[in-house]
Amino acid sequence: MIHEKSEGLSDNTSSPKIAERAEAQVQRFSRLNRVLHISMIISFISLALTGMTLKFSYTGWAFFLSGLFGGFESAGYIHRFAAVIMFIVFITHIIDLVRIKRKEKKSFKEFIFGFDSMLFNRNDWKDFIGSVKWFIGLGKRPEYGRWTYWEKFDYFAVFWGIFIIGSTGLTLWFPEFLTQFVPGWVINVATIIHSDEALLATGFIFTVHFFNTHLRPEKFPMDIVIFSGRVSIEEFKLDRPKEYNEMVEKGELEKYLVEPYPPIVIRTIKIFGWTALTIGFSIIIWIIYAMIFAYR
Amino acid sequence: MYLKGSFSEPKKIFIINFFSIFLFLLFTSSLYPQDNSDCLMCHEDNSLTGTRNGKTISVFVNEKKLSSSVHEGVNCISCHVDLEGTDVHDDDVEKAKCNLCHDDIQAKFDKSLHGKALSGGDKLAPACQNCHGSHDIIPVKNLKSKVAPINIPGLCGQCHKEGSPVQLQRNIPQTHILENYSESIHGEGLLKKGLIVTATCVSCHTAHDILSHTDSKSSIARKNIANTCAKCHAEIELVHRKVIKGALWEKEANILPACVDCHQPHKARKVFYDQGMADQDCLDCHSRKNIKASVDGRSLFVDYAGLKDSRHTNISCSQCHSQVSPSHIRPCDSIVQKVDCTSCHAEVGEEYQLSTHGKLKAKNDLNAPVCSECHGTHDVLGKTNPLSSIFPINIPALCAKCHREGESAAVRYKGTEVDIVKNYTESIHGKGLMKSGLTVTATCTGCHTAHRELPHSDSLSSVNPANIPSTCGNCHHGIQEQFEKSIHSTKITQTDKELPTCEDCHTAHKIIRADSEGFKLKIMDQCGRCHQAIAETYFDTYHGKVSQLGYTKTAKCYDCHGAHDIMPVENPVSHLNRKNIVETCKKCHTNANKQFAGYFTHATHHDPEKYPWLFWTFWGMTGLLIFTFVIAGIHTLLWLPRSLQWRRELKRQKSINTDKNDNQEQL
Repeated sequence: MIHEKSEGLSDNTSSPKIAERAEAQVQRFSRLNRVLHISMIISFISLALTGMTLKFSYTGWAFFLSGLFGGFESAGYIHRFAAVIMFIVFITHIIDLVRIKRKEKKSFKEFIFGFDSMLFNRNDWKDFIGSVKWFIGLGKRPEYGRWTYWEKFDYFAVFWGIFIIGSTGLTLWFPEFLTQFVPGWVINVATIIHSDEALLATGFIFTVHFFNTHLRPEKFPMDIVIFSGRVSIEEFKLDRPKEYNEMVEKGELEKYLVEPYPPIVIRTIKIFGWTALTIGFSIIIWIIYAMIFAYR
Repeated sequence: MYLKGSFSEPKKIFIINFFSIFLFLLFTSSLYPQDNSDCLMCHEDNSLTGTRNGKTISVFVNEKKLSSSVHEGVNCISCHVDLEGTDVHDDDVEKAKCNLCHDDIQAKFDKSLHGKALSGGDKLAPACQNCHGSHDIIPVKNLKSKVAPINIPGLCGQCHKEGSPVQLQRNIPQTHILENYSESIHGEGLLKKGLIVTATCVSCHTAHDILSHTDSKSSIARKNIANTCAKCHAEIELVHRKVIKGALWEKEANILPACVDCHQPHKARKVFYDQGMADQDCLDCHSRKNIKASVDGRSLFVDYAGLKDSRHTNISCSQCHSQVSPSHIRPCDSIVQKVDCTSCHAEVGEEYQLSTHGKLKAKNDLNAPVCSECHGTHDVLGKTNPLSSIFPINIPALCAKCHREGESAAVRYKGTEVDIVKNYTESIHGKGLMKSGLTVTATCTGCHTAHRELPHSDSLSSVNPANIPSTCGNCHHGIQEQFEKSIHSTKITQTDKELPTCEDCHTAHKIIRADSEGFKLKIMDQCGRCHQAIAETYFDTYHGKVSQLGYTKTAKCYDCHGAHDIMPVENPVSHLNRKNIVETCKKCHTNANKQFAGYFTHATHHDPEKYPWLFWTFWGMTGLLIFTFVIAGIHTLLWLPRSLQWRRELKRQKSINTDKNDNQEQL
């Protein structure tokens, strides 16, 4: 599986001068992937908000939010609509992967173990050990490459989540149909799995993922690369030295250089990012409050 | 019979007596007019006259009549004793003496009004013969007798008819006696229908010991009237039981209205009587607007017009203000007791005495409401009159006088109900009554009864838990029928625990529409008061969670279990019975099937024995969560200090790069 980035090459002017310019940026994510990520954020936050009102229905927050969504019925429609978006994002990504494999005419071996693969490999294990050593003061910061192990973990967490939450969600969506094949208590089990897995997903995304990508001090307060798709060469060099070196060795760096977005785009991205962060943290505070003070 | 003579010596007496008898026997027919025939020799002449007190009177004696009278065979001189031994006698003979035989009657007569008047020389006073006649006295049973019942009114009426000297000159309190009597039920019976057993003058007044009604020995004295009337109307108390405590009538006649208060003397009709002691007499004083009680200065004015429009329009003053003494100049000066409504409203009175109101009254509590507090006094109106204080629409305001928050009864009350009046007004009943004007809706008295209000803790109370279903069932009969078959009814379930009644779910005073959102959402707490564990598990499921958010479209307790007709699951009519449960689910889930109904609506993941799947799923998921967060948490926390370090490193590198660039540019 490959998270490819070549889609963005179309807006590359491929002028050799760009490399010399200080403001030149490296394109890391394709436009499709950025759109998919934004769609997923919107979908995920909608699902989390509407779902949590039900899970923590005994809190005043839930009551307030439910009213904001126009009642449990429209909250339900929003939840299912967002779920459909999520499915579409997921399917689009799978189709995209297949399309890339065909386009680049890679073998499965190249596709799976290649430079751009999201699958875990030996290097990830080395990076992980190196990281732990670095954390406890036994080594230098590992030279991270195209994908770090925590990014791959997040990626597969989504895969896992889509399967677990998606399947149980469909069970709850069509209980009358499904109970023709399974006993009624499966609905109860599906409820628990759906709800707790959702708690895991929101909890993980809004804390661990947020920290790993945005809140860790060197990126604080926010890393907008997933929205803009581009990062300054300077930062790129320091953050992903291995990837940079590989590009330079292959002589492909020039291929990925692009102009930075104008400030208005950056500001829009930041507003969106802040909004998502705020909602995410609010949900975390609400969950913690519900679990500690109002749990029953 | 003996001879007059004066002999001194006993021996001679015998001899003379003997001869006297002999001579008497020998000459009697020729010597003395002692036989009746001797008298009749003269007195059978129907033109014979004599004088008495200077007046010429006929002294004719009709022998036929005499011989057919009750005194047939009695000698003239037995009555006309002064004529004994005389032959032809002078005028101005003494009157015949009745008392020689009728001494007991004479004694009574002498004490009577008539007797006293006679001995006092009253010329209008009747003597025996005025009523009974003289020589022609025939048996009372003979209808021709002057004192036969049918003739009595005429006989008495000779003196007591309107305009007669007796009526005009003597102190007779009643007027139009004869007319009134003849129009009365008694008079009509006697005179028109010839019912000779009906009451005549003498039935009430007696024949000979006629006394004033103010005389305590009189048959018509207030305290004796009941007995007098009861001579004929033997079991009249039974007839009046609903309005009067019969026993009191004889024991304490003074505190009750006497027969004549309603059934006026002489005028008695088989109708309700609109005047006892004539209301007009009372109104002589009490129609004056400035009349005041001498004791406390309160107004004693009576608005007679208002009284006549009231329920008591046919009730006279003295029926309530009993104890009046009509003979007094101020008949009311003998009144010492307040009006006692229970004289007539006996059953209501009994209820009242059982009630909290009545018990307080018995303790002379100042707060205790008495009849007049709710019903008014002279202007008492019926409950169907919209102007009445007890007309349904006015009842809440009436009770609120004391039971509104801050008022006397509300201050005294220590129970759990607050803002009773306000809550009632906003309740379905209150709105129905006050806004929709629905007079059949439940008012205060609808549940608490009008006269027997008791606290709910009292087993006799209409709002005692045991009685509430039937109290509510007075109107909501169909619901009562359902409820009494359900497991919540004490008739079905025998338990030490307290079973719910209507008000446990619907509340006592706040009662709102069962289809309103407020009620629907609250009912889960109502059920949860007793079914706590099962209510909690309900809130663990989708239905409960959505309900908790304030939406009523999902299933509540009663949507599945039923509301009033809750049955044990094994009962074939239970909504949750195996046969019915899919139908119950289908009320909302139209495509529900048998397996769908297997969904645990009260599932909890806290019970490993009942719901092992849920329990282990939950702990599996929780384990996964904890594991993930612990690993990720440690990773993050370890990363943090290094990341800070790296931030500084990056800044340093950046500034070096910038310097380089600057240098290059300078170069």
